[in-house]
Amino acid sequence: MIDAMDVVALHLSRRGVIAGGVATVAITGAADARTVAPTQPVATMPLSVEVNGRRHDLRLDPRTTLLDALRDHLHLTGTKKGCDHGQCGACTVIVNGHRINSCLSLALQHDGDSVTTIEGLGQPGHLHPMQAAFVKHDGFQCGYCTPGQICSAVAVLAEIKAGIPSHVSTDLAAPMHPTNAELRERMSGNICRCGAYSNIAEAIAEVAGAAA
Amino acid sequence: MRAFTYERATSPAGAAAAVAQHAGAKFLGGGTNLLDLMKLEVETPTHLVDIQDLKLDQIEAMPDGGLRIGAFVSNTALSADRRVRRDYAVLTRAIQAGASGQLRNKATTAGNLLQRTRCPYFYDTNQPCNKRTPGSGCAAIGGYSRQLAVIGTSDRCIATYPGDMAVALRVLDANVETVDAKGATRVIPIADFHRLPGTTPEIDTVLRHGELITAVTLPKPLGGTHVYRKVRDRASYAFALVSVAAVIAPDGSGRVAFGGVAPKPWRTPTADAAMPQGAAAVVDQAFAGAHPTHDNAFKLTLAKRTLAAAIAQVRTA
Repeated sequence: MIDAMDVVALHLSRRGVIAGGVATVAITGAADARTVAPTQPVATMPLSVEVNGRRHDLRLDPRTTLLDALRDHLHLTGTKKGCDHGQCGACTVIVNGHRINSCLSLALQHDGDSVTTIEGLGQPGHLHPMQAAFVKHDGFQCGYCTPGQICSAVAVLAEIKAGIPSHVSTDLAAPMHPTNAELRERMSGNICRCGAYSNIAEAIAEVAGAAA
Repeated sequence: MRAFTYERATSPAGAAAAVAQHAGAKFLGGGTNLLDLMKLEVETPTHLVDIQDLKLDQIEAMPDGGLRIGAFVSNTALSADRRVRRDYAVLTRAIQAGASGQLRNKATTAGNLLQRTRCPYFYDTNQPCNKRTPGSGCAAIGGYSRQLAVIGTSDRCIATYPGDMAVALRVLDANVETVDAKGATRVIPIADFHRLPGTTPEIDTVLRHGELITAVTLPKPLGGTHVYRKVRDRASYAFALVSVAAVIAPDGSGRVAFGGVAPKPWRTPTADAAMPQGAAAVVDQAFAGAHPTHDNAFKLTLAKRTLAAAIAQVRTA
């Protein structure tokens, strides 16, 4: 990832350069020539991955991310592609019990792993408690970030229970508690552009309370 | 992303040999930084050697009282280790001040050390960048440089080393252990691990091609009060403008390293020696000879204030 503020500032300055710069046009032309160069066929590689309790044997181009394997090859489209660079958290899934950004992981890195996506947490009619709490507390507006938010939230509560500290934990030796400040810090890798944060925090707090 | 081939190594020396025999090969740890850069074609490896099966995921106590941290230990696991929280709290604090929960779960100890700069011109392949494309020039010099380095720079590159973990490792005097394709090992003090850009900013560290990090070792506990303070543009999940890692004794002496200000974690003996005189004296020593830009000169003032806050935090603890 790179800071969003830097990207904004850079784009502003680049626009200024393009308006008056001949050299920039030449550089852009070279970049275009590179992207249209013919590509060689790529050998696929096998992997076996368990997703939501079911084993899948796949053959994939090594470039395939776990996110693209889930969405395009296993047709589990609940996991969303937001930034595709680890900045937004929309692609969050749980692998071997740990939440990760599925966009920044090659599918081949997960040969033999066990993956849980939003579809594996719960389905309409039998929702996971975190899914139900997000509905109850209006923890979303457009809903695009929601699968990642929910997968992250489920893992956050497990991390607190396991005693993993955070940036806002005052005492590293004490047990961790799901305070509002802890939940907000631990959820900072999941961006909600609609700004449903306060309701998301309330939904997670309710599940944390019920589980305590 | 450019095409590449992939393999999983089965031994550290085997992994080193696999990378050594391909000029375009790279090791793959967690991949959180490398894959990001590959999508942008800033990094274009032709072969990846995955090190996840090398059993480098343990943290072991050493006979001298220190710890040996396997290269593949995740940032989360390292920060949460009870011995680290108790005896090397500055390391736990630094790791938890960086990235997000998802990234810390995947990112590894060695990969964190090897993460590349977040200079926006390094990321933008339409811009000249001597670190990405040697000899192409530096768009950051005279460009948007608010996040970039104020000391240790050259006329070829003013990129900042972006990480937090390594700043804590620097203050703890950690060592980096490596193995090469022939099985030869070496120990690199963290102070010597990251390079200053000079005329070759494309080379970030002293590692040779095909040399694999196997572990990071921590000397026996220092005692003192450990503090990591990081100032950034938002409260969480952002890179440092300035960070301070310090271990401070009850008499006010101690050691301090700064992040977000230089091409490597920045620590000097003269700055450590000035700790009893307070933050202003320390920063004057640490940043003697600094070359800030118009955009980032504020970092010198911010470093004084951040260290002053860290010292005050220790006094009231």
